[in-house]
Amino acid sequence: MSARPGLNRALRRGFAPFGGERAARLVPHARLAGPMPWVIAIMVALTVIAAAGGLALQNMADNARAELAGGATVQVLEALEQERERQAEAVEQVLSADPDVATYRRVPEAELEALLEPWLGVGATDSAVPVPALIDVRLRGVADLAAVERLQARLAEAAPGARVDAQSSWLGPVFGVIAALQWLAIALVALLALTSATAVWLAARSALGSNRNTIEIIHLLGGTDGQIARIFQRSIAQDALLGGIAGLAIGLAGMVVLARQFRQLGSGMVAGGGLAPVDWIVLGAIPLAGVVIATITARVTVLAALRKML
Amino acid sequence: MSDSDSAIVSFDNVGLRYGTDSEVLRDISFTLYPGSFYFLTGASGAGKTSLLKLLYLAQRPSRGAIRMFGTDVITLPRGRLPEFRRRLGVVFQDFRLVPHLSAFDNVALPLRVSGVDEADVAKPVADMLDWVGLSHRHEARPATLSGGEQQRVAIARAVIGRPDLLVADEPTGNVDPEMALKLLRLFEALNRLGTTVVVATHDVHLLKKVPESLIMRLDKGRLADPTGVLRYPPRAGRGAEGGGA
Ligand SMILES: Nc1ncnc2c1ncn2[C@@H]1O[C@H](COP(=O)(O)OP(=O)(O)OP(=O)(O)O)[C@@H](O)[C@H]1O
Ligand SMILES: [Mg+2]
Repeated sequence: MSARPGLNRALRRGFAPFGGERAARLVPHARLAGPMPWVIAIMVALTVIAAAGGLALQNMADNARAELAGGATVQVLEALEQERERQAEAVEQVLSADPDVATYRRVPEAELEALLEPWLGVGATDSAVPVPALIDVRLRGVADLAAVERLQARLAEAAPGARVDAQSSWLGPVFGVIAALQWLAIALVALLALTSATAVWLAARSALGSNRNTIEIIHLLGGTDGQIARIFQRSIAQDALLGGIAGLAIGLAGMVVLARQFRQLGSGMVAGGGLAPVDWIVLGAIPLAGVVIATITARVTVLAALRKML
Repeated sequence: MSDSDSAIVSFDNVGLRYGTDSEVLRDISFTLYPGSFYFLTGASGAGKTSLLKLLYLAQRPSRGAIRMFGTDVITLPRGRLPEFRRRLGVVFQDFRLVPHLSAFDNVALPLRVSGVDEADVAKPVADMLDWVGLSHRHEARPATLSGGEQQRVAIARAVIGRPDLLVADEPTGNVDPEMALKLLRLFEALNRLGTTVVVATHDVHLLKKVPESLIMRLDKGRLADPTGVLRYPPRAGRGAEGGGA
């Protein structure tokens, strides 16, 4: 933190508009005090992770919703195999004639078997336990309650054992959880942003406090408020940027680890939770927001201190 | 009014109080003319530094009028004060060097603040440090300099910009008599180049070293001569406001 080259660079930058690069060797680099850049780094890292989580959940929910929006499942619950087969075929006939149905697919026995195997054991479907026939339906519109009930009514006559479910309906609780997590992420981001802003604010103030004498000297030598503010806001912005970049790196590393864990879940739904390019831009903007806050804080604080002087 | 127009500074009935205390400066009226050399004397606590603070625009008076370079600086908006300060050179009683900057950079400060091209900074600063006998210490930070050396850096910083008005508060308080004399010669040289010089000191021996100087005496916050006329030694055409005698 105490690097002298950094100090000199800051001095040069500070007064650059007033006589070239080297003309700025005026004021010590108003370093953020001690651990502050690291506090900022941690804050930014947490903000990045929380924001990334929120955005990923959003995408996950959006994808799932879009995929499931037109999805419905028809189960034919019939103990007798022949009757079940008959009703399933009847269902398929009704579906093929229904203009609201985009596609449908009878889930083959083998697939069902594989699906149930972990619960019922190998070969279970062959005999004892009656397994419903399953038909995946994709509607042209949204599979809301009305659509499901309409379909149910149409199937009632041909296949009394048929039961229609919107796929999203049994995912309803999952969406509820996602929504709750999203709100949590939003609240976390808001709190972290507030805390980060406060940390930057305090850091800038303490940096300026310890340089008050210098501010006063330059003021008395004819430095303008703008000149003096510029010196400090630049060097503090630089520190905030360092902290922010470190925080972004830590946050992204955390995200990569989390993402790997989620990917190992192997669920198609979780796979829909990636980040879009625009999301990456949002995450990248978090440390920049920190820099903006730091710059504004430094400026406001210096100008306020200067206004108390003649 | 023609008087105060040719004047570099004029105080009219100025008073100063800190907070709610009683006035530390009372009924101060005087005029400084271009190219003159003034000493401001008075016992410790008489108000010399307070008067100089008004002069170098660090303090507003509680009452009275102050004109500087032909402008009323009391009613001047804050934003215009820097341009006036840049015409001043100030040696603060407590030096006020920037602790993180080398002697060189401290001396260069006024030039850089007023935007002098960096190419025109190095040589004058080096020359000035040479003048005050500190060229070998140009890289030193103030904390590593002796009191007298710090004072010389402060003086070099005050004169580097060839100010119109040089204000020096006890500029020789920390140096040996020989160096004091040398610094006084520096002020005189600057004075000959046209700078008006005001030196506050309670070293009466110093006064005699500048035969052409005029003397203001502060006594418990008042100028000893109530008319504020400065005439020591009396010389025609210099510093005299007529009156008084
Ligand atoms: N910032 C301040 N707040 C309150 N009182 C002050 C302040 N500065 C100076 N004084 C008071 O004003 C009076 C004049 O002080 P000043 O510093 O002007 O004296 P001085 O003539 O410069 O003395 P010295 O020769 O010791 O430097 C003193 O009584 C001092 O205590
Ligand atoms: Mg004093």
